[in-house]
Amino acid sequence: MSINIIVCAKQVMDPETPSSAFSVDSDIKQVTPVQGIPPVVNGFCENAVEAALQIREAAGGGTVTVLSVGNEFVMDVMKKPLSMGADSMILIQDQLCENLDALGTVNVLSAAITRAGEFDLILCGQQASDWDNAHVPLGLSETLGIPCLTEAKNIEIGDDSVTVNSSRTDGYEVFEANLPALITVNNEIGEPRYPTLRGIMQASRKTPEILSLSDLGLSEDQMAPAMALSDLYIPVSEAQCEIIEGEDDADSGRLLALKLREAKII
Amino acid sequence: MSAILVIGELNEGVVASHTFELLAAARSLSDAGGGDVHALVPGDSSVGQSLFGGGADAVHVATNQLLQTELTVDAFLPPVLNVIENTGADIVLIAQTAFGRDFGPALAFNLKAAVAMECTGLTLDGGRLQATRACYGGSARAEVKWGSSVQIVTIKPKTLDALATDDSRSGEVTEVSEVGEARVKILGTEKAEATGIRLEDAEVVVSGGRGLGEPEAFGILEELGNLLNGATGASRAACDLGWYPPSQQVGLTGKTVTPNLYIAVAISGASQHMAGMSGSKNIVAINRDEDSNMVQSSRFAVIEDYKKVIPALIEEIKNLG
Repeated sequence: MSINIIVCAKQVMDPETPSSAFSVDSDIKQVTPVQGIPPVVNGFCENAVEAALQIREAAGGGTVTVLSVGNEFVMDVMKKPLSMGADSMILIQDQLCENLDALGTVNVLSAAITRAGEFDLILCGQQASDWDNAHVPLGLSETLGIPCLTEAKNIEIGDDSVTVNSSRTDGYEVFEANLPALITVNNEIGEPRYPTLRGIMQASRKTPEILSLSDLGLSEDQMAPAMALSDLYIPVSEAQCEIIEGEDDADSGRLLALKLREAKII
Repeated sequence: MSAILVIGELNEGVVASHTFELLAAARSLSDAGGGDVHALVPGDSSVGQSLFGGGADAVHVATNQLLQTELTVDAFLPPVLNVIENTGADIVLIAQTAFGRDFGPALAFNLKAAVAMECTGLTLDGGRLQATRACYGGSARAEVKWGSSVQIVTIKPKTLDALATDDSRSGEVTEVSEVGEARVKILGTEKAEATGIRLEDAEVVVSGGRGLGEPEAFGILEELGNLLNGATGASRAACDLGWYPPSQQVGLTGKTVTPNLYIAVAISGASQHMAGMSGSKNIVAINRDEDSNMVQSSRFAVIEDYKKVIPALIEEIKNLG
């Protein structure tokens, strides 16, 4: 059996960026990139790459194609899925992709997927760590007319169908759909593998296919947003921190217990 | 004429509590000039009647049995699209549940409209909606407005209070019989095995980060967590190092917890982690870096070595009984 998988991945600001370095330019309504901290492939998207590799391995053949939409890609960052073992990569790089809303992103992704040819499965991360919306995968499946299964922690491929276990707060739900289907995954699907030296060498010989919107036959008016950002700001913290200082470290621990009891927290 | 539509859900045969929370939000938008409040819920007329008391001006029920037993996005779309068209609803409120989280975006893309997920504030500006929502793992807030005529919003359960039930309100329930063809089949539901207190349910969570320096340190964190009848969590960095299981990861790419007490040990507080625990009622930081975000965000903090602080903390809690 051979399976062809497309993984949608997004380049995002590193969510491990210290909050002291996090700043927003309210004039242009954008988070300011931090000098010296490169972006990363969104965490859940790396989980999706891992899931795709596992499925390809279990099937005994097939392809994993990684697809991303953006304006300024950092190639060393974006090639990580290739180092992990993905077969190829398509990057839609265009200035018009800088501030796409979900509708525009879905238009670009679906045009690129249609151009790429036949596929059995599309995998996406559950949500991106910048806008935290988790709505692009649903839009993509609606646009492509295929079923969507979300929050998968386990995926099993059958002959023409797929079964997933979707994480729920009190356990999981089991869903089934016919292929082709779109599935979003979370971190419970498995830790993304570290690229091996051999993987990194192989990736260095692969060149991502870089396309513009006009290559996809898309025009600017098809990118018109349905949602507008009217403000972006850092919320003011209301926390008033009380530092507890005892005579030594252990005494501070003791005083903390007393404080928590006094405040009726424990 | 504009109107507001609340998409209701059932919970074991009765209208879910979060549906009444949405009705309260719809009522205040209606009072601000947003139009009548319509509510649509899967079920029969008797189920629908309770929605009037919660604040609805008009109630619609999607009667197809499938929607009451196996609610899926595909099956529910046609009745919802029907009601939006018939009522002229231009604001749609959906709960951010396992179902609503999928349904909101699917509905939006079907209407070529936009959806704002997990909104924390809604206002009307010239008859059009403006919503506030957290992004960047809670590090930033966004104010958004819609370009599309239909404006779709999801709201997390328990972020709003329902109105007191007004039994004097009643009305006629409109039945909608359509149902879509489900492309996704629900095969079953599995409850998680009960192994100790689940992170999401725990009233106390003790978490550790990379700053612990060694995986063995989780032993004393567990001891503290157990003593307080709580659960033990970890930052992504600690999980990535293999120090603690990924199932216990708190943060953007892990679990979201809102305990009464969250004790963060050697965690600096990047948005990756804050996203999963900033809703905790009382945050205690044990961290050597006074300037760290976790300390700044906490109610109490100890700026000392956890290896000495925690054993003393444990001992004193035992003394207090």
